[in-house]
Amino acid sequence: MRVLGIETSCDETGVGVFDGDRGLLAHAVYSQVEIHAEYGGVVPELASRDHVRKTLPLIRQVLREVGLPKESIDGVAFTAGPGLIGALLVGAAVGRALAWAWGVPAIGIHHMEGHLLAPMLETPAPTFPFVALLVSGGHTQLLEAAAIGRYRLLGESLDDAAGEAFDKTAKILGLPYPGGPALARLAEHGDPQRYRFPRPMTDRPGLDFSFSGLKTFTLNTLQRETARTHDPARTRADIARAFEEAVVDTLVIKCRRALRQCANRRLVVAGGVGANRRLRARLDAMAAQEDAEVFYPRPEFCTDNGAMIAYAGWQRLRAGQAEPLAFKPRSRWPMEELPPV
Amino acid sequence: MNILAVDTSGEACSAALLIGTELRQRLAREPRRHGELVLTMMDGLLAEAGIGLTRLDALAFGRGPGSFTGVRIATSVVQGAAYGAELPVVPVSTLAALAQGYFRSNGSSRVLAAFDARMGELYWGSYLLGDGDLMRAAGAEEVASPEAVALPAGGSWSGVGGGWATYGEVLRGRLGSRLLAVTPDTLCESRDVAVLAAAELAQGHWVTAEQARPLYLRERVTSSG
Ligand SMILES: Nc1ncnc2c1ncn2[C@@H]1O[C@H](COP(=O)(O)OP(=O)(O)O)[C@@H](O)[C@H]1O
Ligand SMILES: [Mg+2]
Repeated sequence: MRVLGIETSCDETGVGVFDGDRGLLAHAVYSQVEIHAEYGGVVPELASRDHVRKTLPLIRQVLREVGLPKESIDGVAFTAGPGLIGALLVGAAVGRALAWAWGVPAIGIHHMEGHLLAPMLETPAPTFPFVALLVSGGHTQLLEAAAIGRYRLLGESLDDAAGEAFDKTAKILGLPYPGGPALARLAEHGDPQRYRFPRPMTDRPGLDFSFSGLKTFTLNTLQRETARTHDPARTRADIARAFEEAVVDTLVIKCRRALRQCANRRLVVAGGVGANRRLRARLDAMAAQEDAEVFYPRPEFCTDNGAMIAYAGWQRLRAGQAEPLAFKPRSRWPMEELPPV
Repeated sequence: MNILAVDTSGEACSAALLIGTELRQRLAREPRRHGELVLTMMDGLLAEAGIGLTRLDALAFGRGPGSFTGVRIATSVVQGAAYGAELPVVPVSTLAALAQGYFRSNGSSRVLAAFDARMGELYWGSYLLGDGDLMRAAGAEEVASPEAVALPAGGSWSGVGGGWATYGEVLRGRLGSRLLAVTPDTLCESRDVAVLAAAELAQGHWVTAEQARPLYLRERVTSSG
């Protein structure tokens, strides 16, 4: 079975084709980052307008790369939430209508399930059951995944998502949008010993997170230190490093706890922050101590893409799941509501 | 000529199938449910007529102006279906379709069509009956305040569309005795989109699925630019 996947939940248009026998055949992502950069954040109406321009050309491009006739596509998957509702509607409408015209089944995919399953596009792929850390711009969650669609929430952020904290802190440090990766680059030059930021909620049991305090801590530290430093560039790099250490350390502590709590030895990491190199290094070290394995998607599949939607769609469509002609994306959608396959 | 038309630009969601001269329509006045309804309507019309998508000459859609999200639903559905079935696409002005509908129901041949564009503005256009009983634009469509919209030079006119409910007073004041009648509660319907699309297609006016785009009129969607 060969499935076309379409992702339009936020500011990336993504398309991919996954084949049950041959794996991922092609994929392409168009990022709107330049459109939103001047506003310092995603403008939902502009995002929706751009998806209308980009989705079909991207589908055509990917199908051309696949090199097979359109008739060889057996199903269409589209992101049905969570995300920006106007943006989701574009991908859902194009995808559902395309499946209708082709006479093939369609399925709406949970964006975070797409992220969660993205490491399965790699070799070796993780097998169920596993513990998953989903860290993106909109989510920070620890889940126990028993099978496709059988997810139990272990803990989540009570305020800012980890990626959001990266982006907001980057803004405080005067870094260009989108700030997460820029902050990580700046942190590479920072001294990890100079400042120590708190590790929120690690001093008590439980697997929830809270990252919003860290940006206030950053702001206060920056104001205090800028007043007395002779080398502001160095200070900013050291603060960036301290912030990154705090987020990474917190995530690692909770992941270790989650693995132990679930008596599991497989950790899957997905979402944009999963591209962070220091996080990967520290999780690998923790896993070695715990005699566990960590699975990551390749960096380009950490952020939003159509390949992961095609893959999740393939998993569900081949199990016989499909949607009626009605499409109704949801801006909010708890993952635990997903049906098992 | 066989055309399947949709409109989701406003309060109503509708689909219409034109086969030769026979026209059938499905319409539901259910705002916020357009995504749930539109493909079922399209599919139902084809099934009822016993034909498949491939027997169509084109897909048509109300390309705006109207609700941004609504206009995008119609555009995206038509993009997907037209790409999948390799059909030409005819984008049709929702203001023109509204005027066409008013001619259909009231016989008015000089129509000022207006949707409420919020933020103190209207989507606005003037239409005159032309050959083939088709409404033709008498000026450019625009988004502007009721004080600023362009009024046609002479003659008497009828007003139609939701914009007249919100801004009727200012518009009445500006038109005075040149205003014959006002019908604010008429909606844009896909059967009128289909009729206008058939005329366009007959003249060779169509676009590819990828070229099918909404017309928002309002380009400024952020406070800074
Ligand atoms: N190397 C990195 N270090 C830290 N954060 C990163 C890195 N790369 C990307 N991010 C963050 O990942 C997020 C984007 O990931 P994505 O999965 O697309 O999120 P969403 O779909 O929720 O917007 C942003 O918040 C971005 O700053
Ligand atoms: Mg994402």
